[in-house]
Amino acid sequence: MPVRPTAVLPTLLALSLAAATTLTACGTGSGSDPDTVKVSFKQSTDNSIKVMDTYLADIKKQFEKANPGKKVEFVPIKAPDSEYYTKLQQMLRSPKTAPDLVYEDTFLINSDITSGYLKPLDPYLAKWQDWDQFIDTAKEAAKGEDGKTYGIPDGTDTRGLWFSKDIFKKAGLPADWQPRTWNDVLDAARTIKREAPDVIPLNIYTGKPVGEAATMQTFEMLLYGTNDGTSDPLYDRSAKKWIAGSQGFKDALSFVETVYKEKLGPDVSDALDPNVMTRVRGEWLPQGELAIALDGSWLPQDWLPGSGHEWPEWSDELGLAAMPTQNGQAPGKVSMSGGWTWSIPAKAANPDLAFEFVKTMQTKANAQKWYVANSGIAVREDVAADPAYVDAQPGIKFFTDLVANTHYRPAYPAYPKVSTAVQEAMEGVTTGDMSVEDAAKGYDEELKAAADGQVIEK
Amino acid sequence: MTRARSLSRSLTRALPVAPAVVLLLLFLAGPIAYCAYIAFTDLQLTGQAEDSFVGFDNFRTAFGDEAFLNAVWLTLVFTVVSALLGQNTLGLALAALMQRASKPVRTLVGGIVITAWVLPEVVAGFLLYVFFRREGTLNAILDWLRLPTQNWLFTLPILAVSFANVWRGTAFSMLVYSAALNEIPKEITEAAEVDGAGGWRRMWHITLPMIRRSIGTNLMLITLQTLSVFGLIWVMTRGGPGGKSQTLPLFMYEEAFQKSMIGYGTAVALLLLVVGSLFSAVYLRLLRTEV
Repeated sequence: MPVRPTAVLPTLLALSLAAATTLTACGTGSGSDPDTVKVSFKQSTDNSIKVMDTYLADIKKQFEKANPGKKVEFVPIKAPDSEYYTKLQQMLRSPKTAPDLVYEDTFLINSDITSGYLKPLDPYLAKWQDWDQFIDTAKEAAKGEDGKTYGIPDGTDTRGLWFSKDIFKKAGLPADWQPRTWNDVLDAARTIKREAPDVIPLNIYTGKPVGEAATMQTFEMLLYGTNDGTSDPLYDRSAKKWIAGSQGFKDALSFVETVYKEKLGPDVSDALDPNVMTRVRGEWLPQGELAIALDGSWLPQDWLPGSGHEWPEWSDELGLAAMPTQNGQAPGKVSMSGGWTWSIPAKAANPDLAFEFVKTMQTKANAQKWYVANSGIAVREDVAADPAYVDAQPGIKFFTDLVANTHYRPAYPAYPKVSTAVQEAMEGVTTGDMSVEDAAKGYDEELKAAADGQVIEK
Repeated sequence: MTRARSLSRSLTRALPVAPAVVLLLLFLAGPIAYCAYIAFTDLQLTGQAEDSFVGFDNFRTAFGDEAFLNAVWLTLVFTVVSALLGQNTLGLALAALMQRASKPVRTLVGGIVITAWVLPEVVAGFLLYVFFRREGTLNAILDWLRLPTQNWLFTLPILAVSFANVWRGTAFSMLVYSAALNEIPKEITEAAEVDGAGGWRRMWHITLPMIRRSIGTNLMLITLQTLSVFGLIWVMTRGGPGGKSQTLPLFMYEEAFQKSMIGYGTAVALLLLVVGSLFSAVYLRLLRTEV
């Protein structure tokens, strides 16, 4: 009688399926050497981009020269953003795998603080003079709910409107365009639709496929321009509760709805294509197919020599304008900021040495070198005032000036879920499947679940 | 033979496989047991100081979650369309046709089909993304034929990714069936032919019953493979638009890693395992029926 291998098959297969689809964090323990500082950072998934590697190699050289007998070992993580966080968080869970210094996105830093993954840096900062040079808003970005600081920001980013001077000329719009209200932006887009029908008038990211870019580059750029500019429209910091049912939320959704309903944006199917961000930077803007883009300060990074789509002429061909507030109310412009910080894990073996490494990275000269290399925006006042920095790249002054009116997200533990709920609401009005009312109501419900009931109606 | 001797003898016999068993326990059973445990906790990847045992909460949440039910439905559609109907029948058809084809044709067709199979999932995903997108190859062909074009990834995402999975996975079924068909003794088909049975009758009454076991094994393997497809869909649609191609693995990924709810994500993984076992049970049942 033939054997029936099929009888054991399902069990075996089911087992391997389970193993493949679940997460097994297994780390390779490496003994900690008191003279070696281990530094983890996010390595670009694009092999031709070595900005961070080059910069860190230089700092390592400086550090090892200044501290004889000490060594720096890099533990790079080569992954896209979301996978980077996951990998890092798994490493931070155990003393065996926790490095001495990690690169943390301000988007998730508060989650990691709440998890107890990071070490408060206040004792170090108190003795470090350069800390006074850091601007206050940036210091806020890495503060936990306990008021302690858990990270040193290494730059930030701001956001604004990029527009094609050429298309504006064709549409009879001014080359020094500076919209004062949301309606000014929409009107310009309407004019372009009428006068230059073969281009996309305005791109705003929307929906889940682009993830956090939809929430931050579009939705929050709108939302934070809706109230009086002093209180946070997403999270009530004094009550420590998330805000539901606000008019500002509905107004921001209406803006998104208008753009896609009036066909002022890209075709909905393109807008919801997961690769739309690459197309904006690599195709639409450089090829003159898009008139206005609401996007971040880092775009020129993609147009540098050696990037694959070099576009040195961008600074002549594109104009820059600040995103206005809803009705032009003070302060008149809006920007959102994020960025990354250097943090020391709670389970780090050599925290003191790690902080020494941060100090080397954050001398004025090194910080400035870094901002310029990665198209970052300075968070140090001395660098921001240095003409060598301001002149290093076109656009840098414009985006650095926006720092005065910028907002940091309430990046508390519930934020990633809140952000997904925002994207779902945006997607609903973008496709036209949902009215603004319904989408906002859907958000309020999701919010209650995401924030565990810590919600107030406004 | 005394009992003690027989015991020592079976122990000696078991010795060579012991390392394998230990490894299996360590690397398969261990993680699965741990996974089963965290499915009953509210463990998060980040944003939480301590996790706690929550009983069946995660499962209750899942069944009350529209997005989860949507993902279950889409997973079934995806599996039935792409594995059972697509890969399976196409693989059998190709294998049967290739039995009669000349050698050059066989080499050529086999080569093409197998190329699709050996391509890494992500590469295949990109290729098909380019095929289906609005400026893609499919629309170029339709346009040339003067047929209406549309963005397939937007209008029919679940069918687009199902097609992609058929494209990618058919080779496997084809290989399984080619092997099975080669096993059928020539005399039997020839006898049937002499008796006057046409092609379809021979297929239905002789070939299919004779390769019944291969059909069952193949169905089971491709079903389990298809249930866990992630990269292909992720690259093509990210599960969108609006969750219209979000199968269970993508739903699980979003819950576990993007919203960092590991406990909930793992509970969904266990439910996916249940779906897989249900399919397997059905196939085993089919295999047991005598012709």
